[in-house]
Amino acid sequence: MIPAGFSYVRAGSVEQALAELARHGVDVRLLAGGHSLLPAMKLRRVEPGVLVDIGRLRELAYVRLDGDRVVVGPLTTHRTLERDPLVAEHVPLLAAAARRIGDPQVRNRGTIGGSLAHADPAADLAAAVLALDGVLVARGPSGVRDIPAAEFFTGVRTSALAADELLVEIRLRAATGLGYAFEKFSRRALDWAVVGVAAQARPEGRTAVALIGMGPTPLRAGAVEEALAAGVPAAEASALAARGCAPADNAVASAAYRAHLAEVLVGRALAAL
Amino acid sequence: MIGSAVPRKEDAALLTGRGTFVDDIQRPGLLHMVYVQSTEAHALITGIDTSAATTLPGVVGVWTAEDFAELPARPSVPGLERHYLAGDKVHYVGEPVAVVVAADRYAAADAARAVEVTYEPLPVMATLEAALAPDAVPIFAPLPGNVALEQPVTPDGVAAELDAAPRRLRARLVNQRVAGAPLEPYGVLADWVGNGVTVWATVQAPHRVRAEIAQVFGLARHLVRVVAPDVGGAFGVKSSFMPELFLAPELSRRLGRPVKFVEARREHMTHTYHGRDQVQEVEVGFDENGVILALDVTITVNIGGVPDPVGIGLPTLTSYMLGGCYRIPKIAARYRSVLTNTTPTASYRGAGRPEASFLIERVVDLVALELGKDPAEVRKVNLIGPEQMPYQTPFEGIVYDEADYPAALELLLGELDYDALRAEQERRRADPGARLLGVGLSTFVEMAGFGPTPLFEQFGYLGGWESANLRLQPDGSVIVLVGTAPHGQGHQTAMAQIVADELGVPFEAVSVLYGDTAVVQEGIGTMGSRGMPVAGNAVRQAAVEVADQARRIAAHLLEADPDDLVRVGDGFQVKGVPDAAVPLAAVVERSFKPHLLPEGTRLGLESTAYYEPKNLSYPSGAHGCVVEVERDTGRVHVVRYVCVDDCGTVINPMTARGQVHGGVAQGIAQALYEKVSFDAEGRPLAASLEEYMLPGMLDLPRYETHHIETRSSFNPLGVKGIGEAGATAAPQAVVNAVVDALAHLGVRDVEMPCTPERVWKAMHHAS
Ligand SMILES: Cc1cc2nc3c(=O)[nH]c(=O)nc-3n(C[C@H](O)[C@H](O)[C@H](O)COP(=O)(O)OP(=O)(O)OC[C@H]3O[C@@H](n4cnc5c(N)ncnc54)[C@H](O)[C@@H]3O)c2cc1C
Repeated sequence: MIPAGFSYVRAGSVEQALAELARHGVDVRLLAGGHSLLPAMKLRRVEPGVLVDIGRLRELAYVRLDGDRVVVGPLTTHRTLERDPLVAEHVPLLAAAARRIGDPQVRNRGTIGGSLAHADPAADLAAAVLALDGVLVARGPSGVRDIPAAEFFTGVRTSALAADELLVEIRLRAATGLGYAFEKFSRRALDWAVVGVAAQARPEGRTAVALIGMGPTPLRAGAVEEALAAGVPAAEASALAARGCAPADNAVASAAYRAHLAEVLVGRALAAL
Repeated sequence: MIGSAVPRKEDAALLTGRGTFVDDIQRPGLLHMVYVQSTEAHALITGIDTSAATTLPGVVGVWTAEDFAELPARPSVPGLERHYLAGDKVHYVGEPVAVVVAADRYAAADAARAVEVTYEPLPVMATLEAALAPDAVPIFAPLPGNVALEQPVTPDGVAAELDAAPRRLRARLVNQRVAGAPLEPYGVLADWVGNGVTVWATVQAPHRVRAEIAQVFGLARHLVRVVAPDVGGAFGVKSSFMPELFLAPELSRRLGRPVKFVEARREHMTHTYHGRDQVQEVEVGFDENGVILALDVTITVNIGGVPDPVGIGLPTLTSYMLGGCYRIPKIAARYRSVLTNTTPTASYRGAGRPEASFLIERVVDLVALELGKDPAEVRKVNLIGPEQMPYQTPFEGIVYDEADYPAALELLLGELDYDALRAEQERRRADPGARLLGVGLSTFVEMAGFGPTPLFEQFGYLGGWESANLRLQPDGSVIVLVGTAPHGQGHQTAMAQIVADELGVPFEAVSVLYGDTAVVQEGIGTMGSRGMPVAGNAVRQAAVEVADQARRIAAHLLEADPDDLVRVGDGFQVKGVPDAAVPLAAVVERSFKPHLLPEGTRLGLESTAYYEPKNLSYPSGAHGCVVEVERDTGRVHVVRYVCVDDCGTVINPMTARGQVHGGVAQGIAQALYEKVSFDAEGRPLAASLEEYMLPGMLDLPRYETHHIETRSSFNPLGVKGIGEAGATAAPQAVVNAVVDALAHLGVRDVEMPCTPERVWKAMHHAS
């Protein structure tokens, strides 16, 4: 478990981080909480030549209300999301997802920006961000652009972020006082999801349902959402959970079992709304 | 002190980070060694290019098999010698192919990756089926096939008894491969200075390791010093003779500098040997009451790519224990040890006996299911009674010591509130919204206290005894050197309790040392639950001898006859004369004053005792598990786990409980979570703790522990051992509970680990 050699730069500002990214091209990685990057480096799945540590950029750690949006800085830790009063009031689904991540050590170090940028198909926060109609704000050499969460995840641990871009903000649609549910099925109490579901009720009976562990990327359960919008009862709609999904078939779980879990968990989530 | 739950002497250091593990040890000029591990499961090595690696900064050198051709083979099955590194072919992914030494671990790890090994692939046989198929190619030269050993354990079959039985059934049981996964992986630091070598290593038997190193290097044993410092868990996997135990000393010799090797977790998962991995074909004959009449068992054990001398024969121990706690008149057993392109297997907590207990306990439940009887009732009609002890099993030399198996079961059923659970189970079955409930029983017996010399020397040990040296210090405090090498069991504490009682000194006045061959007299080691039954009795014997010496000096001091003295407080007194008393400290002080002692008295109060057990010991008990099964996902929740253990005399209830907790945790882990698996190409699928499902604290229940103390007549302390009992008892308690929860659906078996998916499929297919 020994990583390859690398050099280390601590960024003093967002601008400096961007400049370092531009300078080193594909050989560079941003370091936030390090709880996905460092294990990957130790397993030598990635061998970046340069790490640019953005961990001290406190200006990227915040939760604010901006009209009907909750805006979250990328360096906000999972632990903060669990406890933040604004999150609890306006996007409690995010707190529910954060609470189920790993163990306290992981939650104290891991950040929402790192989790989303890492784009693991089973990342808990990804499901919540998708269900909260999240928009991810990327900043690169040519300025700032908005990426809807539904377009952000492009494949297994790949995202729409360019190599020279920094994720600088996550914007979520407030869901104050509305029902929500986060259901996670993992092999061990403290473990990655085999399958997970985030469900967020919206006015007029529209419900957002997002899935993790059900394909190469976190995704919205379109068939379930459409059925619910058309007035199909929740119990029947949840049977459509795996429609259009291509879950992994591996040592953790077979594709068929994952599909079954998706139905069960969507059923549980909808019942809890 | 015996019987009191005093806190552990070990904990002050361990809990404040002041333990000393191999990786904590630094030496001047230390070099670091890592392996280049095979990436192929079965292939010819056609070339090894070390040129890029040797030019990297900090790299001292790269060595391959031919560089060690002069060294005699490491301890092996005779005729199936295994060397240190793969020579012309590799047998499994993870097998060491070359060794790199560099100035630091980072440079060494980079260099290992820069070594280019070219392979010519051979057909991979990663499973027993593939290895035994007619077109299988032989894996391990010089064997012509993949069956490394075929062993009839019993001379006769039981075909006639099975034919005569009113009922019979067959089962195929799988005891999957698991990893010991101690917190601290394997580590060795060797420092060859002058004409001798010091080796710090995470091992369970330092004297044996010393003997093997001395043998390989042609050294006299006094020139080899092996130190097992604090060892962070071993579970049997640190009793195998890994190549680094010899390569580190050899490289230190060649380089004139100390060399350290410490596995990374990923290396550990493929390099250090695994355990279990048996397939068992069983046929049992029984009558309408569930009385078992005959048992026929064929075991196939997967020993991996290179035969280990212990791993190859473990099913012998499985065979001996097949009868469990039951009066089974006729047992026939045979086994095959089969090579596959996987990491070798050898000892893991229980080493062969848990596989037997699993088998017979599953069989009893299958018999109950077949007859529509309660599994508790079927156990009751078969259990050996206390009046039959010591009980001669159908296997020669396997004689169970005193125990009350029916009493343990009764206590368990009471603690479980068994009848109420059965009623609740019925209620749940009728309520589609409720989780299913299952109750599993495991009345078990295992073999411990290894174990008389004639048996234990077959495993390559000098003897089956254990040693203790006890010396009183001039102030009356005590230093004990014990020949075992514990790694979490708490010997400092338990041995001190024994000494305190036998010698009449305070527990605080006793220090127990071990693990250093330069300091400790010849010893055997810690494995096979032999700590208390063998070493504990050696310590007791040494204390008795020293107490006797002290009594004679006290008698001289008090001008009385030794037989007229009684022990009082911390000294001796003339019987009936309270004024004529002397404290122990004064006696010890006197023992160092030759001019004040009778002519010819040996100075000092000291004794070295070697205790040879008459027999093995047989810890037993009854464990019960209550599970809930989610109907829609198949997830199993262990809601209660109740243990009744009989380990004979309990020296320290707290440390005994700790052993039960740890063993049960590993047993539950085997039942529900863990499996070392490989794909068809022999690539490991569980080479990190992300993939290998080691359960965490939140996955495990609170344990309810109870003890029955039936003293063993086989040793003076009356102890039996407790280290492996939990791991022996638990897997089948859990699996029996899972199957019990699903029995009404027609489910007869669920293979371990009973993952949610497996359970869900079992329910699905059954209904
Ligand atoms: C033991 C363990 C258990 C875990 N269990 C879970 C779990 O149950 N559920 C779960 O969802 N996660 C789990 N995780 C992952 C955890 O949530 C990680 O913290 C998170 O995925 C990454 O966040 P980080 O801040 O640590 O990112 P880092 O590891 O520092 O970075 C991850 C990646 O994101 C990039 N990155 C980081 N910040 C930015 C940014 N602002 N802009 C652009 N790129 C960026 C990095 O370059 C890197 O490629 C677990 C991790 C561990 C070690």
